[in-house]
This record gives sequence, structure tokens and C-alpha cells, in this order.
Amino acid sequence: MPQYTLNIDGAKRVVNARADEPLLYTLTDTLKMKGPKFGCGVAQCGTCTVLVDGAPVRACVTPVSSLGKKPIRTLDGLEKNGKPHPVQVAFVEEQAAQCGYCANGWIMHSVALLEKNPKAGEAQIRKGLAGVQCRCGTHIAILRAVKRAGETMAKA
Amino acid sequence: MNDLTLTRREFLQAAGALVVQASGLLAMGDAAAQAAAPVIVGPHPSALDTWVRIAADGMVTVNSGKMDCGQGLDLAYAQIVADELDVALDRVQVTLGDTRLSPNQGGGSGSTGLRMGARPLRNAAAEARRLLVESAAARLSVAADALDVDNGRVFVKADPARGVTYAELVGGRNFAAPLKWNNAVGNGMDAVGQARPKDPSQYKIVGKGFKRKDIADKVMAREHYTAHIRPANLLHARAVRPAVAGAQPLAVDAASIAGIAGAKHFVKGGFVAVVAETEWDAIRASRALKVTWSDVQGPFAGGEDKVFDYIRAARPTAANAIPMFGGKKDFDPKPTLDALAASKKVVEADYECAFQSHARIAPSCGVADVRGDKAEIWADTQKPHFLRDGIAKFLGLQVANVQVKWMHGAGSYGRSDADEAPYEAALLSREFGRPVRMQWSREEGTAWDPKAPAGIISMKAGLDEAGNVTGWLFKAKGFNGWDVRFTGESPEHTLVGMLTGHRKWNAYNFNTPEESYRFPKHVHWWETVPPYLQEASPMRTAHLRAPQEMQTRFGQECFIDEVAAAAGMDPVAFRLKHLTDEREIAVVKAAAEKMGWQPRTARAGGGKLMTGRGIALHSGYQSYAAVACEVEVNKSTGRIWVKKVVIGHDCGMMVNPIGVRAALEGQIMQGISRALYEEVHFDDKRVTSVDWQTYRIASMDDMPAEVELVLINRPDKPIGGAGEPAIVCFPAAIANAVADATGVRIRRYPMVPERVKKLLA
Ligand code: FES
Ligand code: FES
Repeated sequence: MPQYTLNIDGAKRVVNARADEPLLYTLTDTLKMKGPKFGCGVAQCGTCTVLVDGAPVRACVTPVSSLGKKPIRTLDGLEKNGKPHPVQVAFVEEQAAQCGYCANGWIMHSVALLEKNPKAGEAQIRKGLAGVQCRCGTHIAILRAVKRAGETMAKA
Repeated sequence: MNDLTLTRREFLQAAGALVVQASGLLAMGDAAAQAAAPVIVGPHPSALDTWVRIAADGMVTVNSGKMDCGQGLDLAYAQIVADELDVALDRVQVTLGDTRLSPNQGGGSGSTGLRMGARPLRNAAAEARRLLVESAAARLSVAADALDVDNGRVFVKADPARGVTYAELVGGRNFAAPLKWNNAVGNGMDAVGQARPKDPSQYKIVGKGFKRKDIADKVMAREHYTAHIRPANLLHARAVRPAVAGAQPLAVDAASIAGIAGAKHFVKGGFVAVVAETEWDAIRASRALKVTWSDVQGPFAGGEDKVFDYIRAARPTAANAIPMFGGKKDFDPKPTLDALAASKKVVEADYECAFQSHARIAPSCGVADVRGDKAEIWADTQKPHFLRDGIAKFLGLQVANVQVKWMHGAGSYGRSDADEAPYEAALLSREFGRPVRMQWSREEGTAWDPKAPAGIISMKAGLDEAGNVTGWLFKAKGFNGWDVRFTGESPEHTLVGMLTGHRKWNAYNFNTPEESYRFPKHVHWWETVPPYLQEASPMRTAHLRAPQEMQTRFGQECFIDEVAAAAGMDPVAFRLKHLTDEREIAVVKAAAEKMGWQPRTARAGGGKLMTGRGIALHSGYQSYAAVACEVEVNKSTGRIWVKKVVIGHDCGMMVNPIGVRAALEGQIMQGISRALYEEVHFDDKRVTSVDWQTYRIASMDDMPAEVELVLINRPDKPIGGAGEPAIVCFPAAIANAVADATGVRIRRYPMVPERVKKLLA
């Protein structure tokens, strides 16, 4: 099996994987990470989202062999020096999870959106998050959380 | 939590509970009641320590046989116990759904989490407080009624400096005290001590808003979901399903997966699966495995286009008058039919409801470790104890040797696919002698999960000269509500069980919720029609959140608007005229007022973008909800946008208003989703809803611009369920608003844009 050196949350991780193995399984099965999750496997829900070069990518359809040295950011690595990311703080404050299985997708998409543009308005947020699914119907709290995170990040 | 063995704390708990079980039994009720008591495997409900324990450091642990999928049940339990014991909220921790630690309280179902599940906890906590105060009285040599408790410390009222803490009193020991169990297993399980719980007016923590703690773990990537359970030596499994429903595997070509090192296949009856060393290899093997399936004709004659014709033409398998449970009821439609025949005006309409899928955000996942005659199961099941009983039966093991640990998982709203993968994992783990993690695919999660049944609600009413209702006829005819039971207590209630020869049970029910309106002559009944495919059907039905209530209420609450229109009355005024229950009246009024409801009878809208408002009411689970909404209908696209939602809500004594709000907000989006988009697509061979494009749910785009919740708190009333009554209202409230906006009455849900567009053209 080929070996790959991935750049995950700022650390080099050496993994053995088949060239066509989607990154999701490398992260969850080999590296036992908990942020990205399997929801659909066909790029339609967002629960597996990671950021590659700062942009949201669906790990369930991204072959591990396609990543090279590109920086990969995950929910597992968002917390820095014991400090949660403002988006995570806002999700806790607004209680923006029911089962929370979908939270990874919403948070990673929001991080990508707000780090580029913390002043994103409601219309931009709605558009930026349009491809993420939540079965429990937590959208109302999620939108509140993303707006709150934007406010915090705009001040910082 | 990930360990195969009990942690020390869990082990101490489990052992303690067993010790106390013996003493608990001694003091149980009378001899006759004892003779009738069902056998309890695991912690006994008649032992105080089963429910509540106090550790040497004063931490209170509460064990419940229920589970939570994001509504914060554990927090609400902690509030109740903290108040009963007089300890701080953060001193209480709650464990849910572990068969080693809790008795069978029925798991999650019917919004019973609080209204029924909290009873034994509340009673046990009250009894614990009584015992602790008594023991403090002995220690301090004062009368018990001279004592009070604050923050886990018993003190002398006249001399607060004199006191002793719970931790000192308990000293790390068990209570070893008995409760009287009511001999019920499941939702109705209760146990009482000598102490009476507090009057709600004394509660300080109950009724206040607190935030859930599990959310931090969930958003910080710390939470263990079932999907994360990966014990050492694990095998990954995937199932292989036929392209045509009902086809049987005739031959499997083992060579087709020979290139995947370590991959193996498994066939038993109609169940085909593969296992492999890595998850990706399991997926590859499931795709590569060549299976020759029997050549069967598709079972779903005519597919989804003909489903309502099928229902209309079918000979009923069963029929019953209104109550959902409780045996057969006689009913005589004649007086109602006579009254209708004599009416000045007759209104009638049929309402159609499509099959819907549970479609969890992640499909079924289960991990099993079967070793010899023992099995350990990790599952995000709603019913851990019933799953334990079912898997024991499936594998021929002693119930006492099977343990199920409930885990957080994808939100489950009824009898979803949650129990399926755990059963399959158990079968495969026994076969291969290693722990097995079975993960269903997205396709299986929508195409093979149990479905909410399609049905037709037929309504008929008569009006006299003065516009009064003379007779009211309700009939629901649809697919059976439970081809599989809401508990996975036995293998025939699962797909793999049926595929391996356990024959489907024959019980029928469609369910009609009691109506809120009281009319002089009325008749209500339901009929079920035969399933398309008897065994192991991808269209087998089971409970989905507020089972069959959304369907029946869609008919009832749309029709009441139609009758109001025929009587020339405003829908709110007409409802209020016929309601008698003050709590129903209160929620209708609350929603209408907050909405700024202006009475009118003629439709409002016009043009390309039409707006209108509607309302619907539902009560059940000891709770009441009225949903009013404003919609915007786009004539050229058929898109309905629910712009504003107002809910008037009364769930009796509110334990945690933050939790109630969250539950209602969730129901708004899931309600909009089920009302506007959700339908299972199928042709005559198979279910063609296989992903989120072919099974559409609401998205961020569908969020209302404005939401108002009017929460009526009634501390003098029992705790009601807040998870179901509101969602039931959405299809009717939206259809009523669309009729108000456009003048066009939509009598089928989901109200998908394509169909709406056609109706408006
Ligand atoms: S799991 Fe990748 S988008 Fe759904
Ligand atoms: S919170 Fe359960 S799917 Fe989003």
C-alpha cells in the first residue's frame, strides 16, 4: 500500500492508504479523528468537510493521493492552545446542535466563510452554507451561531 | 467509553446495583404483585441505588434507561433530581441507556422522556433526600423536621452552623433502600418510596433555562458517537442489497473480491454482507462482490405514481374505530351518514400523504463484539434494552449475557434504521469471531430504512342553514403503521431478521388522534391496506415522529378550514367556536394574537408572489400546540416559503424553557421539511430515493425570516412531551396558508414545487 505524508492541522502525518481511498476514511479509520464524519459518501451533506488550502472540501470524495502537501484543517484541530475557535464558542453559546452529527459540516464551512469575511451578512451566510444538511432542523440556532461568531471575529 | 470493559466507575455502579437488588426485592408490594412481576435482567427498578447514587465526594449519579438524541433529556433529569435532593445542578451527572446500569424504561419514544421517564427518578431522589435527612437527624440528635437541606448539606434550621453533608452521611456506601416498583417494564415503569416528591412551587432549578453540556463535546470533536467505536482487531462490514426488492441471492462469486486482501463475504438467507480489515476495503468489497440474484418481478406495482390508486382500490387488512391502542372498537357510521344526508350543504375532501423516510443524517451504524456466549453492543438505538433482548433472541444468547451501550448518534426520530446495523454487526461478529462495525450506506439509509406509511384521509361534513356542523366523518385508509414494531425487541422487527427467516408479525394500525372539535354526530375510523411486499421490504413501515398524526391531522386541520370557508367563517373563529378544552383554546389564541391574525374569509393574495396565513392545532402527549404561519408562494416556480412561524405551546410544567425552545425550533425546520419536500420515490422495482438529491429535505434556504414562540408554562399540570405536537401541525398550517394566499387548496403533502406550480397554473 502506498505511503502518504499528509499535512493535517499543522502536523505531518504519515499514513498507508490505497491511492483511491477517500481522505475521510484515512482521517476516521486510520487516524481515529472525530471531527469529520461519514454522512453520505457522495458529497451531498457536508458532515465530512475539512478545509484544504482554506476552502471547504468534501473528504468523502477526495482521494488521499490528491492532496500532496496541501494544508488540511479539521474540526479536531480548530482549538488552538486550549482556546476554542470563535465559531465553536458561538455554537456552544447558541446551543446550535441537537444530535450534533452534522455540526462538523456547518462549523468548517462557517470557519472558511468567516475567516475570509467576518462581516458576511445573512444572505451570504445562507448562501455559503446552502450545501450543508441537518436532519434535526437545527438551522435556526445554527444561523444565530454563525452570525454571533462573525460579530466576534469582526471585532478581533 | 470506547473500552470493551467497564470503566471502574461503571463497574462499581453495576456491582452496587446488583447488591442492592436483593434488598430491594424484599420489601416489594404484596405477594400477588410479586408473582405477577416480570423478570428484570440487570439493575432492578425496586432498588433506590438503581436510579440515584451519591458518591463519597458528594457527586450524584442518576441512571436512566432512556436516551437522548439532542433534546437535552439528561439535563432536564439533572434539574429534577437536583431540586428534589437540594443539591447544585452541577453536582448531578446522568447516564442514559446503558443496559448494565439502568432498567428498561422503554428508551426514547412517544415524547415520554420527561413525562414518564422522569417519574421514578423524581421519586427516587425524593426518597433519597428523606433517608439522608433521617440519618442526619440521628447523627445530629434532632428531629427530622427540625432540619433543612441546602446544596447537599443537611443543617439544623434553628442553628445552621450545625450540619452534615450528604457525602459524609453516605460515606461512599449504597443506600440499600427499597422502592415499590409498579411492575411495569418500558415507558410505564415507575417506582416510589415513602417520600412524596416536592410540590412544583418549591422547585428552584426546574422551570429555569439551562444550557446543555454535551454540545461543547459535539462541536469540539470530543463526543463519542457509535461511528467512533473502533475496538482493537475490528472488522469493517458493509451489506450488499439487491437491485430489485425481494430478490434472493442465488450465488456469490468469492473470486470477485479475492483481490482485496482480507475481504470475506457472508450469506445467510437473503442477507449478504462483506467484511474487511479497513473501512475503505469493506466499501470496495461491497461494490466488487458479484452476486447472482433471483429474477423477481418488482413488487411495487405502478410505483409512486399509482400509490394512491393502490390504496383506494385495496381491500383492507384491518379496520378500527378511533383509539390507536386498546383493542377493537365498534362503530356505527349510520347516524352520521343520515345526518349528512339531511344536511343543507355537504363538504367533502380527500387528503393524500406520501411515504416518508427517517433518512437520518448518518445511516445506521452498530458495533458488536460477540465472544462465546456473551455479546457487547454499541448502538445509537432509541431502545437499548429492547435491542439487547432482540439480539439475545437473534443469536440464541441469554439476555443477561448481552449488554447494549447506547451512544450518541445521528438524530433518530422514531423507529428509524438505528437498530438495523447493530443486529447485522452482531451476526457477523459471531460468524467471524472478531468485533465488527457495520455501517450502512447513504443509499441504505433512505432506500432500506423503515418508512412512515402513505395514506388517504377522507373527510366529510354537513352544515345546516345557519352554518352549524350537522355531522362529521373521518376515515383514514393507508398502509399499516407498523410492519415492524417500534421496538427492535425481536428479530422479525428488523430487515436482517426477516432476511434470515424470522417472519413478519401481523399487527395492524393506522392510528387516528382524537379530534379537538366536538361535533354532535361524528364517526372516525381507519383501515389498513396490504403491504406491497410481505417480508423484508424496503417499504416496510414503522413509527416516524408523531406516527400517523401528521397524516391524519393534515386531513382534519385542512378540512376544518374548508368547512369554515363553506360556513362563511374565519378559520380561527370557527375553531374557537368548536373547541371546549381551555388549553387548546389558549394555544390557538396565543398563536393567532402573536401573529396579528385579522379575521377574514376571502383569500388575500394575488400576482406572482402571493402571501397568506394559516393555522393548525394539535394536542397529544399531554401537550398542546397551535402553529400559525405566513407563506409566500411563487406562482412561476411553485416554491412555498414559510416566511413567518408563530407557535403557541403548552407542555404543562416546563422543566427547561431553553430546551423547549430548541425542541420547537427543530420541529419548525423538520416540519417544513416534511410538509414541503419529503417523499420516498420508488418505481415498480425499487426505492429510488437513495441520497439527498432524491430524498430532499429542507435546507438553510427554507428558514423562515421570523419565528415567535409563545410558551405557556403550567407548573400545576403534569410534564408533557414537547417533541411532537408542534411538528404535526406543519403540513396543515402551510396548506391552509397557501389556500389563503392563492385560493387553491392543496390536498397532498409534501407540497413540492413542481406539483404546486401545476396546481397554480
Ligand atoms: S459524507 Fe461527505 S458530503 Fe456527506
Ligand atoms: S443536529 Fe442532528 S443532523 Fe443536525
